[in-house]
Amino acid sequence: MTFKATLMAGPELERALKRIAHEIVERNKGAEGLAMVGVHTRGVPIAERLATLIEEFEGIRPHVGKLDITLYRDDLTEIALQPVVKKTEVDFDVHGTRMVLCDDVLYTGRTARAALDAIIDMGRPAVIQYAVMVDRGHRELPIRADYVGKNVPTSAAEVVQVKLVEVDGVDAVELWERA
Amino acid sequence: MALFATTDVMAQVLTRTIKKVPALQGFTVATLFFEDSTRTRLSFERAARAQSADVISFAAGGSSLKKGESLRDTLRTVDRLQVDLYVVRHPASGAPHQLARWTDAAIVNAGDGRRAHPTQALLDAYTLLKRIGAPGDAPFAGKRLTIVGDIDHSRVARSNVELFTLLGGEVTLCGPATLVPREFGDLPGVRLAYGLEEAVEGAHAVMALRLQQERMSAGLLPSLAEYVARYQLTERVMAGAAPGAVVMHPGPLVRDLELDSALADGPRSLIEEQVANGVPVRMAVLYTLLVGKR
Repeated sequence: MTFKATLMAGPELERALKRIAHEIVERNKGAEGLAMVGVHTRGVPIAERLATLIEEFEGIRPHVGKLDITLYRDDLTEIALQPVVKKTEVDFDVHGTRMVLCDDVLYTGRTARAALDAIIDMGRPAVIQYAVMVDRGHRELPIRADYVGKNVPTSAAEVVQVKLVEVDGVDAVELWERA
Repeated sequence: MALFATTDVMAQVLTRTIKKVPALQGFTVATLFFEDSTRTRLSFERAARAQSADVISFAAGGSSLKKGESLRDTLRTVDRLQVDLYVVRHPASGAPHQLARWTDAAIVNAGDGRRAHPTQALLDAYTLLKRIGAPGDAPFAGKRLTIVGDIDHSRVARSNVELFTLLGGEVTLCGPATLVPREFGDLPGVRLAYGLEEAVEGAHAVMALRLQQERMSAGLLPSLAEYVARYQLTERVMAGAAPGAVVMHPGPLVRDLELDSALADGPRSLIEEQVANGVPVRMAVLYTLLVGKR
């Protein structure tokens, strides 16, 4: 892959998260009953950071959960390598919560669909909203995000990488081109 | 160890309100049992269904094998039903290996002759890991497992010896001399003992095997009473084991023969956990073999 550009540096990414946290509080009229659920891998630190920001703003920490959607993917048979299944850790009752599903990149929408299936198997949230750091287009399903850090029109040959301190040691959004 | 990590996830699925995921939707699993089984077949079927696979059950007793159809032709017939994976139990050692040459589908050995019962060993190791395992690739390093009973006829013992020593542990095999072949003592990490007290001393886990009474007439044992007197696991015998040592049995359990009833139902016993862990372990096996196959 060839590096093309840095789309967001650390402070911009942090500002986008703060904006999203404010939008979540505003749309849900506070932090009562909120639950941030991150999709493995990079959705998890995004969910945790959003929960911390919301706690700073409102004094209430939303529930935080981790979701692995490997067992719900509809393209498992097309994957050549063995997908690693991670643990789902949603240790609160999802019933009736105002849940915000968090992920790094929204692309085809298939991950979001799988995540919705996985959540609905756990119970019935009052509402499920969707927050992503980057929406890069190319949807294959009728899915959209409620909260977006940055809209990035891309070609199919390009790859968007969201890097986070917790996983990658640095905060950044980068654009790469497949060789 | 990756398989055990997948097993953890599968175990978690089984604790949820909806104990089912769509991971193996569209796959067909066939159980081919040429020998009787309760828990193994049921737990494989449960494992397949919990991942939304379709399941076909085949029992040799009610099949055309009785009319003289060959094993190969039976497999060819079932193969036409678009089977992706066979779970095979057969009285002949090596039968699953032979079947694997005749089909493109995956084959899981659910017990062949006296040779191997790999998923039983996996669920035993998984159960033990939760109690006495350490992190890392040799979780049983410094741990001792004693297996007591009819070692000679036991595929469970053979698979457990292989897996437990692979994961770093030491195994002591114990039983009447007629039922413990000497050559087992040549295996790395394995020692033999003919006295129960000596075998159990310092053990972290003790597994009693089913006494295969159908083979008693062969004169391998003088009497059941003598077996009970010399080889039955009791709390008194376990007193010589390592502190907190656990007791296992692969089932079916004949109460008060291999194992004292109080011990089987007591706090040392992992018997129920073994059965319960059979499903997530087999889910992980099916998942690992099928995903990415098409």
